[in-house]
Amino acid sequence: MVLCGLSIFGIVLLIAVELIKRSDLAWAKFGFQFFFRADLDPVTHQPIYWDPVNGHFSALPFVYGTLVSSFLSLVLAVPLAVGVAIFLTEMCPLALRSILAFLTELLAAIPSIIYGLWAVFVLVPLLREHVNPSLIKYLGWTGLFADDNPTGLGFVSAAVILAIMILPIISSLTREVMIAVPHSQREAVLALGATRWEMIRMGVLRNARIGIVGAIILGLGRALGETMAVTMVIGNTPEIHHSLLANGASMAAVIANEYAEAVSDLHRSALTEIGLALFIVTIIVNACARLLVWAVTRGAPARVV
Amino acid sequence: MIRGFIDHLVTFLSVLATVLVILPLLAIFVYLVYKGASSLNLDFFTKIPKTPGETGGGMANAIVGSAVLLGLASVIGIPIGIGAGVFLAEFGRGTRLANAIRFTADVLNGVPSIVMGVAAYALIVSPHISFLPFTGHFSAFAGGVALGIMMIPTITRTTEEMLLMVPNAIREAALGLGVPNWRSVLAITVKTASPGIITGCMLAFSRVAGETAPLIFTVLGNAFWSTSLDRPIAALPLQIYVFALSPYDDWHRLAWAGSLVLIALIVLAVSLVRFVTSRGVLKGTS
Repeated sequence: MVLCGLSIFGIVLLIAVELIKRSDLAWAKFGFQFFFRADLDPVTHQPIYWDPVNGHFSALPFVYGTLVSSFLSLVLAVPLAVGVAIFLTEMCPLALRSILAFLTELLAAIPSIIYGLWAVFVLVPLLREHVNPSLIKYLGWTGLFADDNPTGLGFVSAAVILAIMILPIISSLTREVMIAVPHSQREAVLALGATRWEMIRMGVLRNARIGIVGAIILGLGRALGETMAVTMVIGNTPEIHHSLLANGASMAAVIANEYAEAVSDLHRSALTEIGLALFIVTIIVNACARLLVWAVTRGAPARVV
Repeated sequence: MIRGFIDHLVTFLSVLATVLVILPLLAIFVYLVYKGASSLNLDFFTKIPKTPGETGGGMANAIVGSAVLLGLASVIGIPIGIGAGVFLAEFGRGTRLANAIRFTADVLNGVPSIVMGVAAYALIVSPHISFLPFTGHFSAFAGGVALGIMMIPTITRTTEEMLLMVPNAIREAALGLGVPNWRSVLAITVKTASPGIITGCMLAFSRVAGETAPLIFTVLGNAFWSTSLDRPIAALPLQIYVFALSPYDDWHRLAWAGSLVLIALIVLAVSLVRFVTSRGVLKGTS
């Protein structure tokens, strides 16, 4: 039994060691600069980030793509998730509660490939026809929505499908931390004459704040590592544009697309280094999130998400 | 008055949020059924995909391949997961080692599946170690190992949870009768919690059944019948991915049907899990 327990340590160590070993070629050649360097095209003087055939390797567009799509998805998902959690915990009639909770859990169980399939055939055309033109017309002045990508793929589509995917995680953990707040807090605020929203705000959310932040960070961790749905809708172009409607690429997506057909050892090593970066970042993010959630629920075994 | 208005506004927004969340779920399900049901026929379950341009064909090799992969993953993941869970709940309860293991299991849970695939590639697919049977090429074995490792944290956590729910009276009764600790744990505590443990295994199984990313460069996919662990094998999520991104309408049709089969399996597993845990997992305990 102890061996089984220790094997978990062994597995994580093994993964880390293998990733470090396999990425040493790229690390030796580029060092830490790998994540923000750029070669310049001699003719057009535009930066070339990722050109495996000619030996240009830089992880900058992928880091940019991952960060932009993940944070945009958080912006979309967090208000909805917290709203759902508030509704289910405080306002929902008991009969409806289990059905809605079950449906939200079902959202979490859908595999990401199905999200990707639905996104490619339903979501992207929907955004392309109806949402993106409005975004360009009304918010184009911010400089974030340019008109040069008619495909509908890009960061916005990726952020929307990512938001749908991380919603159930954030909402179920938020519900858990809200339920963990003792009833005496709620009753005390109500006794002072608060409305229901004020009771939620002062009695529940204020106490569960840390846990909700932990839930959000956990959702971020999931969004950072999400591969299949993002690969299908983000456009897979290793370039950096200021427009949110432009095609991009993410770290997980480039690994999924190029690993099996890597043209050289350096290419594969560069991809493994991107994978190593993803590994380390998600470990740190998940560790922080679990610590925060644990701090509120105080060691009661957390539900497996 | 303003406070009352804000209260009503927040109620309205929360209901709106819930509706907005349930909407994509319903949209996905309805669209899946609408697109996939028309392509589900006997051919789908018995034939392999045809060359692009020809109509017909099915995903039988992918379904069988997924079954093989998940079988291998279960053989790897379930014993280690349950063993670790038993250790966490019974033998190491409260120790710092157990806390560290639980934390590491959570961390392993959060590792992206693509990174698991890269690790499986690095460990099994690329090295040419002559005495190990499955190394050196793309194989079903590599994919099965990657999936099995992904099952371990989920099974560990749920096993621990279920074992902690077994009342201490049972353990004390067994020990009072002179049963050695290891036997009491295995024959009595684990047996009492076994519906819950099986539930946890089903949960992990259904989560791993839909994973595509670790399979892309470990099993590679196969357009023909193959059940050998030593060769690339077709897998349902992988096949869906390849077909969805292809330019052929017939393959799109098959992808929708495959997704319907996949989601039906997962909904079944999740509903079963819900049903078992809500009904009360520990029968025969007071």
